[in-house]
Amino acid sequence: MEAASLGTKAVSKEEDPTNRRVELMLGVLASSILLFIAGMVIFTFFKGLPSFAANGLSWFGAGGNVDEQLGAIFNSPAAPADYVYEFHAWPLIWSTVVISGLSVTIATFLSVFSAIFIVEFAPVSLEKLLDPVIKFLAAVPSVVYGLLGILVVIPFINDNLINEEMRSSVAYVIQLDGSSVLAGVLILTFMILPIMVALIVDSLRAVPRVWKEGALALGANRWRALVTVSLRAVRPAIVAAAVLATARALGEAIMLAMVTGSIGFAPNPLDGLLFFLEPSRTLSATILDGEEGLSVEPFGQTMYAIGFLLILSCALLSFAGWAVRNRLSRYGIGAK
Amino acid sequence: MSPMPGSSKGTSVKARKRRARQAAKKSQGGSRKVGKKNSWSLLDRVGLATAWATGLLLCSIAFGITIYLAFKGIQYINLDVLITSPEASTEQSETGGFLDPMVGTVLLTVLGTLVAAPLGIAIAVWLTEYGRPAALARFVEAGVEILVGAPSIAIAIFGLLIFQQGFMAPFSFAAEGGEVFGRSFFAAGAIMSLIALPFVVGGTREALNAVPKHVREASYALGKDQASTIRRVLLPSARSGIATGTTLGMAQIVGETAVVVVLLGATLQIAPEGTVPVLDIFKGTGSTLTSYVYQNSPAGEGNAPEKAYAAAFVLMLIVVGLNLIVNLISRKGQQQWG
Repeated sequence: MEAASLGTKAVSKEEDPTNRRVELMLGVLASSILLFIAGMVIFTFFKGLPSFAANGLSWFGAGGNVDEQLGAIFNSPAAPADYVYEFHAWPLIWSTVVISGLSVTIATFLSVFSAIFIVEFAPVSLEKLLDPVIKFLAAVPSVVYGLLGILVVIPFINDNLINEEMRSSVAYVIQLDGSSVLAGVLILTFMILPIMVALIVDSLRAVPRVWKEGALALGANRWRALVTVSLRAVRPAIVAAAVLATARALGEAIMLAMVTGSIGFAPNPLDGLLFFLEPSRTLSATILDGEEGLSVEPFGQTMYAIGFLLILSCALLSFAGWAVRNRLSRYGIGAK
Repeated sequence: MSPMPGSSKGTSVKARKRRARQAAKKSQGGSRKVGKKNSWSLLDRVGLATAWATGLLLCSIAFGITIYLAFKGIQYINLDVLITSPEASTEQSETGGFLDPMVGTVLLTVLGTLVAAPLGIAIAVWLTEYGRPAALARFVEAGVEILVGAPSIAIAIFGLLIFQQGFMAPFSFAAEGGEVFGRSFFAAGAIMSLIALPFVVGGTREALNAVPKHVREASYALGKDQASTIRRVLLPSARSGIATGTTLGMAQIVGETAVVVVLLGATLQIAPEGTVPVLDIFKGTGSTLTSYVYQNSPAGEGNAPEKAYAAAFVLMLIVVGLNLIVNLISRKGQQQWG
């Protein structure tokens, strides 16, 4: 790109009016996207402001049953002075952090190893077959994953992993029916896996062959050469893939609304393994579930507040990813 | 005399040549012969085993999902569900088909692409060919990246906020009290274009960057200015990249659910609004295959899993088809500057 724009700059005539007009028009069109994003951030924030203002920092905290609070907000009196705003989002935030965090961690591990397998070890025929398969898997709509989850994974968990003892042990707080953190993490992992694998495979292939051969010539075995040279070189791509996957995981609404039970419950780590079998609901799934209530003023404001939190975390995430990538890419290749 | 990897002693020149050719064919083939088993520590072996295990796991899951969906889809699909409109009913056999959702998917995809393609091409051209002032270009680049990462549900509710403003009433319809509904094919299509936009921009930029400098210079040498070079030389040669990006964007629109659920209303059938033909459909509400699958899964209101499987199968066929198109286009456009 640099070469191209250098070339054009040297030749283009600044004073040509047609050219100026074309440039101006394209520039305005391109800038409109910034206007849209700025509008999105600002309007979503101001729409959600009453919810933040009424709760202060306790908006992010724990306290009470979040579903009951949402119900009370939805049913608040018609007079603006009587609007109910009490809302403590911690169960939803916790659920989002747990589900996205776990699946991105697992998917990062799996994707690095599967990318290595595909590029370095898989037989050529399998490698050729896997390329389109991964592209296809990355394009499968999330609602299809959700359908498979709700019709296959959830019944499986309910029949095989949950016994009566478990059910009765938590029956006083929550009902276990298979829709769970486990189902969410499992499916989300395989949803983001193809995207990450595709990115990492691309940059592993771009590692210059001489780099690896240098390591081999120095006596490293194949695996060592791979880990010390190739894998180090593609670190920026791994970070980029993880950031993209986290953004996907944070924003995933449909699939998680279908398989995690849609109950505003914070799974308790003290429950041991039961933790994974308890239902919960992420932030984005909450917006989707509350979609029909958006026109109820205080409820809508609460939803927009959640939306603002999501946008903000995704923007911060891509900024953090950019910073890490910048540091790593001095000696790396791939995503810049 | 066997050209087996690892047997470094006593191979003939011919065998070595053959091996060199194989190595050239497969870029990493050369390293295969070097690894001596005895230099592998336990950790290295565990790593190798993990790589194989995860790789095979990925394969098996990919094929598992594909085969299971194909099996279920073929089991439940028939001509009837393709040509009848959905009906509300508690009996799964009386819920009709998904003609309307299929039409909805097509309408929404066309609408979204019609906005996303020109806008995306304009952004990509400006970024690669002009990009002045540089700071603004960096911001636009970052903006496109933010758009990729932004949760579609957040974009969707912002879209609802826009289309519920009073002046947006022509794009959906206003209730008695002046409150604008904000949900229509127009609204959903406009927001969908933002889902597809980054893909169009990405594809076009890649293609424009691949056009060598001397092609632009040849055009200037013939007396064309920058604007007409873009129109007559660069865009035609970036055709396949533009087409790839647009098709990828279309696949995103087809698969997007959250925007449909929030912005298209949740009517099973296409419900026109107003009196002007054609325009009334776009002002009205409807459904798409994705929202149909969602509504008919146990999580939705319909709960007709057989219909959901059939619709999911059709959805997958569309996505596979779009993927094949992408493959075809990018293969055809590859050797352009070779």
